[in-house]
Amino acid sequence: MDLTNLTIKQAHDGLKNKDFTSVDLTKAYLEKIKTENEEINAYLSVAEESALQEAEIADQKIKTGEFGMLCGIPCAIKDAIMVEGQKCTSASKILENYVAPYNATVIERLRAEGAVILGKTNLDEFAMGGSGENSAFGPTKNPHDKTRVAGGSSSGSAAAVAANMACYSLGSDTGGSIRLPSSFCGLAGLKPTYGAVSRYGLIAFGSSLDQIGPITKTVEDAKIVFEAICGKDKMDATSQNYKFQDSKLSLKGLKIGVPKEYFVKGIDPEVEKIIKGAIEKAKAQGAEIVEVSLPSGEFALACYYIIAPAEASANLARFDGIRYGLSEKADNLLDVYRKTKGKGFGSEVKRRIMLGTYTLSSGYYDAYYKKAQEVRALIKQDFAKAFEKVDIIFAPTSPVPAIKIGEKTEDPLSMYLMDIYTVSVNLAGLPGISIPAGKIGELPVGLQIIGKQFEENNILAVAQEMESMLK
Amino acid sequence: MISKQEVEHIAKLARLELTEKETEKLQKDMSAVLDYFDLLKKAPKVEAEIKFLGLDNLRKDDAEFNKNIKKEEYIKVKSVFDGLN
Repeated sequence: MDLTNLTIKQAHDGLKNKDFTSVDLTKAYLEKIKTENEEINAYLSVAEESALQEAEIADQKIKTGEFGMLCGIPCAIKDAIMVEGQKCTSASKILENYVAPYNATVIERLRAEGAVILGKTNLDEFAMGGSGENSAFGPTKNPHDKTRVAGGSSSGSAAAVAANMACYSLGSDTGGSIRLPSSFCGLAGLKPTYGAVSRYGLIAFGSSLDQIGPITKTVEDAKIVFEAICGKDKMDATSQNYKFQDSKLSLKGLKIGVPKEYFVKGIDPEVEKIIKGAIEKAKAQGAEIVEVSLPSGEFALACYYIIAPAEASANLARFDGIRYGLSEKADNLLDVYRKTKGKGFGSEVKRRIMLGTYTLSSGYYDAYYKKAQEVRALIKQDFAKAFEKVDIIFAPTSPVPAIKIGEKTEDPLSMYLMDIYTVSVNLAGLPGISIPAGKIGELPVGLQIIGKQFEENNILAVAQEMESMLK
Repeated sequence: MISKQEVEHIAKLARLELTEKETEKLQKDMSAVLDYFDLLKKAPKVEAEIKFLGLDNLRKDDAEFNKNIKKEEYIKVKSVFDGLN
């Protein structure tokens, strides 16, 4: 029996039936990491010793018979989320040797469940990118085709699960960073409603957009992890008092909105065929397909690439050589700042700091930043109007399947265009999930299901029903 | 196309040291992306107050907060006023 291809549910049942222990599971994953990780580059660090200790503690708890779904289940954590005592690099040279002094709230919550943390996963530096290639420690390869990217920014979190190097993982999503790699790697990836999950201990990128969420093999697993990590946290003022309740929503009689603007240009015809096929299957189950319009959608990408870098330029100002990680020597303080950032940040991070600083600078603020905030309100309004007519929205996750490594690295704008279907969801603060809808050859294609704020339960219920048909 | 001087000015504001090569590449990349941003000029005007996520600001009382920090906990940095200009 290969223990590494189990879902959370299956692993939990195995632990319950005493088919194997958490130590067995953990050892199986650590073994898999030893043979697979060198090529895939999903993990930046592996915490073998502490993982085995955590597994032993979990096994004690399992013996009592009183244990939750995540107890003893090995997982991987995006290296932008702090795990106390372990390195947290955000895949940046500037934090190469930085050790997290405390746990993120999501980690505290997983620990309370008895989770086993295998290690920290690769990402685009500071979560900035759609391909995983912006990591200072090398790109993550797609387990389905190793000449291609795993998708970003949560590249390692997705590849680790897809290559059976973890049972599930946590990623973060600012403009698609959970959904896009989940789509490229054939997994379920949930971006929760803004405020559903605490951001405390997540290295900030775009604070009004960032959310932590699960990447899993099944929708059921995504639900299990989401339930464990969601809810109010006093350390994150934007987290909401949110209680998850199972939904009985089903495809029969469901009104599914399909944005007409999403199937116009730029989408790979094979991707379009798979997504339309999935929509047909929902229709066959009794769902009503309603064309909806998101007219401001055409501005979403420009809006996002103003707001996210603007927030990033402020958030990343803290990496100044004084408080964290790398510090370059210089005679005066200003040069310490300049040299540390110049040496520590990679080219995409520099590009975004520069763009953000530009759009916030005197003379340009109104034309760019203020305008983008206005457009953001329009985008949110578009979704609100659409949700007056429909229960849920179906869309592609990405216009293309996983791209070749190196294919778009020289042309940042073409890379940004991969985020065209995901950024609106962050701008509007909505929940969205990507689930596997089919394949082009070996390459998975994701269906994105978008819901109203704090209705993760509904998108999960619909996603689970879709998943059973799309397998 | 934004000028090299503009790129250098922004880098100064961002307190970011760039090499000559990086400055040139950024001039090209930033210009392409800023051109793309022109799309927003087509977007309709919004008059109403902008409020996105139904959230209100929460503020800590800074004076109250700072009162509890001991001098030994301060972070000492290099001189600030030398070389600023």
